[in-house]
Amino acid sequence: MHLTQSTVGRKILMAVTGLLLVGFITMHLLGNLSVFAGPDGINAYAEHLKSLGPLVWVFRLIMLALFAVHVTFGIKLSMENRAATPVNYSIKKRMKTTFSSESMLYTGLIILAFLIYHLLHFTVQITNPEISAAKLPLDAAMRPDVFSMVVLSFQKVFIALVYIVGMIALFLHLTHGLSSFVQTFGWNNGPSHDKVTLGGKLVAVVFLLAYVAIPVLILARFVNI
Amino acid sequence: MDLTLHVWRQSGPKDKGQLETYPAKGVSPDMSFLEMLDEVNEGLIKSGKQPIVFDHDCREGICGMCSQVINGRPHGGQERTTVCQLHMRSFNDGDEIFIEPWRARAFPIVKDLIVDRSALESIMQAGGYTSCHTGGVPDGNAHPIGKPVADYAMDAAECIGCGACVAGCPNSSAMLFTSAKVAQLAVLPQGKIEAKARVKNMTDSLQEQGFGNCTNHLECEASCPKGISVKFIAKLNREYMKTIGC
Amino acid sequence: MILDGKTPTGPIEKSWDKHRFDMKLVNPSNKRKFKILVVGTGLAGGAAAASLGELGYNVEAFCYQDSARRAHSIAAQGGINAAKNYPNDGDSIYRLFYDTIKGGDFRAREADVWRLSQVSNNIIDQCVAQGVPFARDYAGYLDNRSFGGAQVSRTFYARGQTGQQLLLGAYSALSRQVKAGTVKLNERTEMLDLVVVDGVAKGITCRNMVTGEINSYWGDAVVLATGGYVNVFYLSTNAMGCSVTAAWKAAKKGAFMANPCYTQIHPTCIPQTGDHQSKLTLMSESLRNDGRCWVPKKKEDCDKAPGDVPEEDRDYYLERKYPSFGNLAPRDIASRAAKEQCDDERGVGPGKRGVYLDYASAIERVGEHTIKERYGNLFEMYEKITDENAYKRPMRIYPAPHYAMGGLWVDYNLMSNVPGLFVLGEANFSVHGANRLGASALMQGLADGYFVIPYTIAAYLATVTPGTVTDEHPAFKESKEQVEERINTLLNIKGKKTVSELHRELGKVMWEDVGMARSEESLKHALQRIPEIRDEFWNNVNVTGSGAELNQQLENAGRLADFLEFGEILATDALHREESCGGHFRVEHQTEDGEATRDDENFAYVGAWEFKGNDKAPELHKEPLKFENIKLAVRSYK
Ligand SMILES: Cc1cc2nc3c(=O)[nH]c(=O)nc-3n(C[C@H](O)[C@H](O)[C@H](O)COP(=O)(O)OP(=O)(O)OC[C@H]3O[C@@H](n4cnc5c(N)ncnc54)[C@H](O)[C@@H]3O)c2cc1C
Ligand code: HEM
Ligand code: SF4
Ligand code: FES
Repeated sequence: MHLTQSTVGRKILMAVTGLLLVGFITMHLLGNLSVFAGPDGINAYAEHLKSLGPLVWVFRLIMLALFAVHVTFGIKLSMENRAATPVNYSIKKRMKTTFSSESMLYTGLIILAFLIYHLLHFTVQITNPEISAAKLPLDAAMRPDVFSMVVLSFQKVFIALVYIVGMIALFLHLTHGLSSFVQTFGWNNGPSHDKVTLGGKLVAVVFLLAYVAIPVLILARFVNI
Repeated sequence: MDLTLHVWRQSGPKDKGQLETYPAKGVSPDMSFLEMLDEVNEGLIKSGKQPIVFDHDCREGICGMCSQVINGRPHGGQERTTVCQLHMRSFNDGDEIFIEPWRARAFPIVKDLIVDRSALESIMQAGGYTSCHTGGVPDGNAHPIGKPVADYAMDAAECIGCGACVAGCPNSSAMLFTSAKVAQLAVLPQGKIEAKARVKNMTDSLQEQGFGNCTNHLECEASCPKGISVKFIAKLNREYMKTIGC
Repeated sequence: MILDGKTPTGPIEKSWDKHRFDMKLVNPSNKRKFKILVVGTGLAGGAAAASLGELGYNVEAFCYQDSARRAHSIAAQGGINAAKNYPNDGDSIYRLFYDTIKGGDFRAREADVWRLSQVSNNIIDQCVAQGVPFARDYAGYLDNRSFGGAQVSRTFYARGQTGQQLLLGAYSALSRQVKAGTVKLNERTEMLDLVVVDGVAKGITCRNMVTGEINSYWGDAVVLATGGYVNVFYLSTNAMGCSVTAAWKAAKKGAFMANPCYTQIHPTCIPQTGDHQSKLTLMSESLRNDGRCWVPKKKEDCDKAPGDVPEEDRDYYLERKYPSFGNLAPRDIASRAAKEQCDDERGVGPGKRGVYLDYASAIERVGEHTIKERYGNLFEMYEKITDENAYKRPMRIYPAPHYAMGGLWVDYNLMSNVPGLFVLGEANFSVHGANRLGASALMQGLADGYFVIPYTIAAYLATVTPGTVTDEHPAFKESKEQVEERINTLLNIKGKKTVSELHRELGKVMWEDVGMARSEESLKHALQRIPEIRDEFWNNVNVTGSGAELNQQLENAGRLADFLEFGEILATDALHREESCGGHFRVEHQTEDGEATRDDENFAYVGAWEFKGNDKAPELHKEPLKFENIKLAVRSYK
């Protein structure tokens, strides 16, 4: 199919999947922030998700597909781009290219690694079984105590750091990605460009602050059990 | 003023090539960059060495032939300026200047600072035209074209096809060049008819020629001596989406 | 020999239509059997190759640049004329015809100029269909501007890039044919010889500028569209690679060189700053619509800052000399007037070869904003080159060699005296007479390429059997050997002077002795100096490198060698033409107040020169010019 072979088609696939992933991380963030509402917040949220039953699996499969497409083409495009530029300049001054745009593959791969860790940690719960919701006692409302799992985890410096690094990678990825998709969808008209770029950066900062707030505040003991 | 040049010398496509250092003495600020190189070459010839070869022709910023990366920036990086229009007054006594050819897989080096840009022609041949015949076309005023549309087309058409966008792009993508032609023709009634086939064929050709993919670094726009805007890439993307029914 | 231009007879209005009908056609199914070589891919060659390819001929096109779309036609800023009369200001085919004949100082063939005017309208339609983004008004219709030498607004333009846009249009048509397989492009290929078999043009010999290989190409017809020769002056507004080489090689194989002394010096160029200068930059003629030319009245004032010269001490010389046309006097007149002021030691700027073009009063009248809108890009370009702000300080300008009206002689069918050799665009001599009007060269190039050659070449091809002579013929081998030998000779001189030093020397002689004002004395001096420089060249030039590689020194040396022969013909023509007309000004032939005096009695003819070798005088052939539709009159712009 042309879409998956064409240089523009694949770019559009990247943008569509990237945008859907942004949708996902937005929802995910809103859910996560419920940790600040204490056990009643996040534990209820987790319980609610579980009650969706097979829908969760549908959702997971969709996510898997999105990631698969995004990652496969991300790697493929990046490798092609590298091959298209076999020799570097002795000195090269970038005028508009940013660190974030140039490191999309790396920040993406960090996100991927983080994601795997994140799933093993909170979903499969095998990295720190001693403080996993499966092992911890149920909360007062007889729900798995996700809140305690999160808080106990992030009180460990290493785990908090992993998350912070993951979120910084996500931030860098979005710093470019959020304005990039606007351009890819053809919604730029020239003068709008600088505003879109700025807007993308601002939204990325919001994501960063909001996501990082969780491990940081817990690590700093603003949130306790 | 006196300068030190570090110039890429490569005797042919198969040679490895390296930077060589040459002094440029007594350079007048009124000289253009290429005139400065002319003088250096005169000196090289007199001392029995091979002069530096570089592409150039019009020397007034319009033919798109000149092509050098100066201190890491295509055309020297001055706004809306080709190498041939860059003047020595923008340098200072004692400066070290690095001069390299366009670098991209799709632009193999021919010699020294000269590269083979025929890949750009292949993109044009893939669809950068309207299929009108010579003769038998309607009067020029038969299809009125609003001034904003005509101006937009003209903005895109200003591309001189120099390839600096490719040279600057970290991915060596020729998307800005391609988009300028696609956008120009896509907005004009004469070009709309074949717009779908054009965007598909031209971007496919871009890929076949070994250019990289566009990832919106926007370096092309900053490198372009004609100020071609990346909004034309956005336009190209939109035109492409039309081909897949969006 | 009296040359026959083969112009059609009968009423001029019908001449082209009738001629088209009278010409033979080539059977459509036979077309692909004919191979046509088109040298040059500018407006003329690009348009021709695309149109011929589309008709089904088997076309090969050549250019020395790395892309067909970089031919020097791209440099044209101003615009292209057509007799559309869209502004309803009284234009017509007849008026364009009249203006061009008069502008050319009555030294062009009427029928050719009529045809040009007639097809001018088709050109605009054609370009619009290709997607050329001509300027439009708010209602969406094509916009026009006025240009020097005409009283109607008939110039179509695309911002400051008309030539570039027209060439991209032609190039897009060409690209389409390349894809269709009817045209094969040979870039970075320089034609170094014409192959003539039994007096008929049958091919060319070229050097592959990347590998240095010398190759033969055969064709049933050869079309030259290789542009103009004013780089014979070294400094000019032409691109560095523009040369007379292709045309001159044809001349050496028997084609006649017509009116080489008709060269146009453009009045509004940026003055030279020093010896390092490699070319001169043209500023669009449109600048004279609002700028006023002046120099100080007193020599002492020339070093002062322009603002310090009081109004009463300024000499607005064009307004003084030509009250009715003023600053809009035609190019030749404006150029000569600038030179006169500088010769009178009242020039300004470095070297005192410059005059002011002042916008102060225009800015006062319409505001800086409007001036910026009209000429912003030109002011920007001026500042880039001179580092001066022309809104604050008058521009400095000086005339520079710009265009060659002369060129290879062709008949009405654009065929030279060598059968099978066609010449288009600036490379031929045909329509501009002794002086070209602004915005008419683009028109000519496209007219020749799109709308003339496709018909006239058929009339020729219909008389030959395709493929009878191919590159197997011994003439090709011979030509190849000659080209190789010449290259080896050049490489083995290993003298002391560089190619550009010698080119500069030639340029200096040409500019000073054969430039804007020519006298018997100066021309004789040139005719003595040119062979001297040529001798020095062949004994003392240093061409580095080898022939089997990309070698720009070798390319330049070959071109200079041709200029050194051609320059002599140019001066010879200028010496023989004992009159002043258009771009050719002989100081002996002027009125008391310095106006040119033409001699219709003795010189109303085309002077076509046959080259006989460097040690022999060239032979003059004449084609008398008849003016049956426009009365010969003195050209006055007072
Ligand atoms: C600065 C400038 C501004 C101008 N402005 C205007 C204007 O506003 N309006 C106007 O009407 N006219 C203008 N002119 C004049 C006009 O641009 C030219 O006369 C016209 O474009 C010439 O077109 P052409 O096709 O004959 O030749 P060119 O465009 O010069 O093309 C010559 C072609 O021949 C090829 N060639 C040459 N020699 C060889 C060889 N030996 N072997 C192989 N290939 C060869 C070249 O590669 C090129 O492709 C301007 C000219 C200049 C220099
Ligand atoms: C939650 C996770 C992720 C989100 C929200 C996300 C989002 C985005 C967005 C919005 C874009 C911009 C698309 C465009 O250019 O139009 C993008 C591009 C990109 N992403 Fe991701 N991404 C994520 C994960 C990943 C991963 C795991 C990788 C691993 C390879 C990756 C690699 C890339 C690359 C290489 C690009 C640039 C591609 C291009 O512009 O052509 N991303 N991403
Ligand atoms: S878009 Fe700009 S940089 Fe790229 S080829 Fe065109 S003029 Fe050159
Ligand atoms: S030499 Fe023509 S653009 Fe620089």
